[in-house]
Amino acid sequence: MKKLIIALLLSFMTSGAYAGSHSPCGPTEGSINILANEFNTYRIFMDEVKSCAGSEVDFSVTHSVDHNKLQVAALSANPSEFSAKLVTNGSITPLMNDGLLRPLDDLVAKYGVNLNDNQKITIDGKIYAVAFMANAQHLWYRESILNELGIAVPSTYEEVIAAAQKIKDSGKMANPYGGAFKSGWNLAQEFVNMYLGHGGEFFKSGSAQPNVNNENGVAALNVMKKLTEVSNPDFLTQDTNAVKEEWESGNLALMHVWNSGASSLLDDEGDQAVRADTRLAPSPSVGGGSMPATTLWWDGIAIATNTSDENAEASFRALVGAASSSELANSNADATVWLIKDYKGGNTAGPVVDAASRGASPYPSFPHMSLMHGALSTELVEFLQGNESAEKALADVEAAYIAKATEQGFL
Amino acid sequence: MPHKTFFWFFFPTGLAMILFIGLPIVSSFFQSLHIENQQILMEVENCDPFGCTTNVRVDVEATEKLKEQNPLGRFNGFGTYADRNHLAFDEIGEAWNTSSSTSEFKDIVLNLPFYKAMLFTLTFCFAVTPPVIILGFIVALSINTLAKSLKGLAIFGSILPMIVTPLIGSLVLFWMIDSQGIIGATIKILFNDPNLSLKSSSTLTWITLIIYGIWHNTPFAFIVFYAALQTVPQDPIEAALIDGASRFQRVRYIVIPHLYPVATFIMLICLMDNFRVFEPIIGFSAEGVAQSLSWMIYQDLRNENKMLFGSAGATSMLTIIGIAILLTPVLLRTWREFRTER
Repeated sequence: MKKLIIALLLSFMTSGAYAGSHSPCGPTEGSINILANEFNTYRIFMDEVKSCAGSEVDFSVTHSVDHNKLQVAALSANPSEFSAKLVTNGSITPLMNDGLLRPLDDLVAKYGVNLNDNQKITIDGKIYAVAFMANAQHLWYRESILNELGIAVPSTYEEVIAAAQKIKDSGKMANPYGGAFKSGWNLAQEFVNMYLGHGGEFFKSGSAQPNVNNENGVAALNVMKKLTEVSNPDFLTQDTNAVKEEWESGNLALMHVWNSGASSLLDDEGDQAVRADTRLAPSPSVGGGSMPATTLWWDGIAIATNTSDENAEASFRALVGAASSSELANSNADATVWLIKDYKGGNTAGPVVDAASRGASPYPSFPHMSLMHGALSTELVEFLQGNESAEKALADVEAAYIAKATEQGFL
Repeated sequence: MPHKTFFWFFFPTGLAMILFIGLPIVSSFFQSLHIENQQILMEVENCDPFGCTTNVRVDVEATEKLKEQNPLGRFNGFGTYADRNHLAFDEIGEAWNTSSSTSEFKDIVLNLPFYKAMLFTLTFCFAVTPPVIILGFIVALSINTLAKSLKGLAIFGSILPMIVTPLIGSLVLFWMIDSQGIIGATIKILFNDPNLSLKSSSTLTWITLIIYGIWHNTPFAFIVFYAALQTVPQDPIEAALIDGASRFQRVRYIVIPHLYPVATFIMLICLMDNFRVFEPIIGFSAEGVAQSLSWMIYQDLRNENKMLFGSAGATSMLTIIGIAILLTPVLLRTWREFRTER
């Protein structure tokens, strides 16, 4: 009897080992712990990473919309809480400022043969991240509503405002426009789009001195104000996910949100009549400019400095396996704009490609940009509520930024 | 109690207080006197899917070296306390010199983040505490007169708001007051105004937060009052009954004087708690229109990509000083009463 049990146990162990050795991208030891933002495309990507990691290594992933706030503290610890982080051109700078990401050149040379060259994010000649998707905010509209009222698809923000006003006046919808104006990161991002669209520069050239209190800033704020007048009155509490919910409930006819929203807006859940009527359009330009008032983003993988070489290698192999999987890209072609090799392109990539070709700026990657973003996130609210002039709000932004940048040692 | 017994009785608590409250305060204070080392920037070439650009980045090695020399950062004295995001002495001085009227001066001062937060914090404190005490007392009196079989259930129901986690409680209310939620939609119909939104107006948001604060804090006052009510001596009440005192007179002349010290205690705790108001602001997504001192600390530590320790430390110190000032009158009064009783 005893022998039988031992034999059974042994057979289980060997079959377990057999299943374990079947990890498609090869990591066999170490543990993988990833911190990432929370949205549908990342979940699709992470499913691939997980299957790539196989069953032999410890695998866990934390999706959080607060990833920006957690990342520096989580990766500063030694050993760090996470072995890898999904970064963007916005969130990589605070990590680079503290040297929390490791150069990936040797790992890329070893495991990254299937990567496109433009996936390799190099800073000062070294690869620090591998991008797998591009993203941008752009216009979305409801075709039937625009057709019914004889409105052409808006190509400037002035037209967006006029179109929204017309829909509002027609009585079809009370608040036809949607944008992520939630006070905090989202609101600041809307200003970044609009300010860059007006041709503004955030800092005086060659220094960390702020430069937003000027006519471009005032013009940008005035456009935002007009947009909020045709938005849900609760706009200061609505982030991207809340706006998408409004869209799916059929309350909006125009909105400016992320391209990656396509994977959840165009899926089989929610009101299918709304879905069938949803169209994507390029991001509008503003103030007579030619470039769209939006920013270009890449999303990529990066590995923590303060993790063991073993975990770093395991994490990189699993992540890069997904980041170079043409199967992932082509079977989810509409989920986002993949930068992966042999990606055939989906139906939703148009607006991002359009933004890039019309000269939209990538999100600014100055080391002190996050402090500016933080100052914008709190100081613009009073203007949008009508309690403060645009000049005063922008002066407050600069003053708040200066106090923070001084404390952080940038000024 | 002999001093020696008292010392050994108090020793474990005292030790824990020093370790977990005293030392962290000292450390926060020390931190608030320092700011980060100078960041050394260098120009680099960056390449990404959108092309190559010349950009600046932090020279990590050089900055690291500075950090090794000065691990705490640069000594800044009370500079952080005086900067624009805290007490803003320069800005206030300038406002005093340039403003033509008191209302203009007031506007400028209340636009500064610290004073804006202070205004909300104090408004919240003083708008929430008195109703909490009065409501708590009324609820306690009412439940005290219930039949024994109903008491347990009533007590449980009354303390529910305190049991619900503040964040969850405020989130539930937040969804209810949404313009499509049950309360928000009803108010819209009642006032016949399709654009009325509790979340978009500062005044209405403040009122919502205050009502939430009262709802959440009343059970605490109730439970303390209820416990104290059990200690009210029955003899004087019976005597008053015989003398023909009405229920109101009995409460006014016997119960309230008896509960007076308890009310002071509740007021102390409530003021202290409400001065640290934080969760409802997050739950109601009210950061835009209502900031409190605690929220400022959170903002410095969480909403920035990099923690602003100095700034957060300074705000913490100012919060402690604020609570001390707020409690002084109550404490002085208690102390005087304590001495006269001797």
